[in-house]
Amino acid sequence: MIEARDLTKRYGPTVAVDALSFDVRPGSVTGFLGPNGSGKSTTMRLILGLDRPDAGQVRVAGRGYRELRWPLREVGALLEARAFHPGRSARGHLAALAASNAIPRTRVDEVLDMVGLAGAARRRAGKFSLGMAQRLGVATALLGDPAVLLLDEPVNGLDPEGVRWIRNLLKSLAAQGRTVFVSSHLISEMALTAERLVVIGRGRLLADTTVAELSAGAASLEDAFFELTSGAVEYRPTQGRMS
Amino acid sequence: MTTTATASARARRGRYGLAQVTLMEWLKLRSLRSTWWTLAITVAGTISIGIAVGLNTRNASGDLTNNALAGVVPGLLLAGALGVLTMTSEYTSGMIRATLAAIPRRPVVLAAKAAVLGAVTLAVGEAASFVSFFAGGATLRRGITAPALSQPGVLRAVLLAGTGFCLIGLLGLGLGAIIRHSAAAIAVLVGGVYVLAQFIGAVWRGAAAYMPILIVANSLSTTKPEPCQGGAAQCPHFLSAWAGLGVLCAYAAVALAVGAWLLARRDA
Repeated sequence: MIEARDLTKRYGPTVAVDALSFDVRPGSVTGFLGPNGSGKSTTMRLILGLDRPDAGQVRVAGRGYRELRWPLREVGALLEARAFHPGRSARGHLAALAASNAIPRTRVDEVLDMVGLAGAARRRAGKFSLGMAQRLGVATALLGDPAVLLLDEPVNGLDPEGVRWIRNLLKSLAAQGRTVFVSSHLISEMALTAERLVVIGRGRLLADTTVAELSAGAASLEDAFFELTSGAVEYRPTQGRMS
Repeated sequence: MTTTATASARARRGRYGLAQVTLMEWLKLRSLRSTWWTLAITVAGTISIGIAVGLNTRNASGDLTNNALAGVVPGLLLAGALGVLTMTSEYTSGMIRATLAAIPRRPVVLAAKAAVLGAVTLAVGEAASFVSFFAGGATLRRGITAPALSQPGVLRAVLLAGTGFCLIGLLGLGLGAIIRHSAAAIAVLVGGVYVLAQFIGAVWRGAAAYMPILIVANSLSTTKPEPCQGGAAQCPHFLSAWAGLGVLCAYAAVALAVGAWLLARRDA
């Protein structure tokens, strides 16, 4: 469960996230959609306590992120493809993070297997292709076997096989009762992966709905999305709000 | 799934603390080849200079211990750079986001880094210092007696020269946390600690005693105070070994405290 309430973040004069409130519930994949620069990544960083909100709050698993006792075992995150030191091996990277949250060492090889990196575990991660780097990011997110997963653009750089793999992985994680929150600007991909959608534009909530509900009023989910976000582009951000 | 059961059982009790985070930082430092190269070059460079000075010593009346430790000051530079990179390489690569998502109480991260880096640079610094001392003594020409650890002030000088690596390393770590960019932080470390401090020391004699490198060279690694020719007005009055150690500790502590404060306040 992720609960955002009036979340606001400014960078100088720019309001990146503007009084954003939404819930992400367990048991289904929730897509986080918005045009580039709409505040998706900032929201993800606010959820993880990496950036401090100027107003509002966000709770994960019932607490503020900074109050979590073993963060990696409660929340797993993929924020950027290459959030690792290029000189370290995939196994070295995961082993260090596992140690920080007292996660058993055997879990490192388990997640490397799950993402298909067992054969490359000892190679320097800096030499990885973008697809392999994404897989290492997914392994990092799964490391603590968390109930809440946040993934920022996880299919970037993946080949069609990788895209399908992520889609099925996310669905199966949600089916296990986990909270899965995935940002993307690929509407077609979200139509296939997500059940629920949180749509933002210019940092504001445009819709908190289901894929079925949103696409019902339009020819396709894509059309519905453009209709919704055109409001944001024309500085009428609240116009498309539906909830 | 057994791991799920164990993990959730463990998640119910306890919380991450310095022990877990220190282990993470040790695994991080250990798993980079650059760490070992930097440390190896630090030790080799320090010892080589000690040997070179030993071979070229003609004046038996000088502070032979200080001569043998002549490689410490250049060697410190690498320890300081390692300290800087321990922090800034995480920002360069984006690893910092993974680290802080794992450990949201950020000062714990810097404390763990300081513990690991401090222990490693202390061990390596003492090794470099003692080997330099013996190697520098062994290469003295015939007729010049090598200093012995049992002589007054010698053991202290060799030991404290080794601590210099640790303290400059920690100063580098603190600067890395404050500045966050590798090149800029190394520039501040080298420019500030080596160049600017030497300049200030040369221009303003009174301040010279407090400049980090001059503390290492003239307070920590000497057995006796520098003889002053021409009266106190022209000579820097260097700190005693222990006072010098205290001032150097204070520099490292201030840099780390400011670094921890900024780390906790700034967006990652």
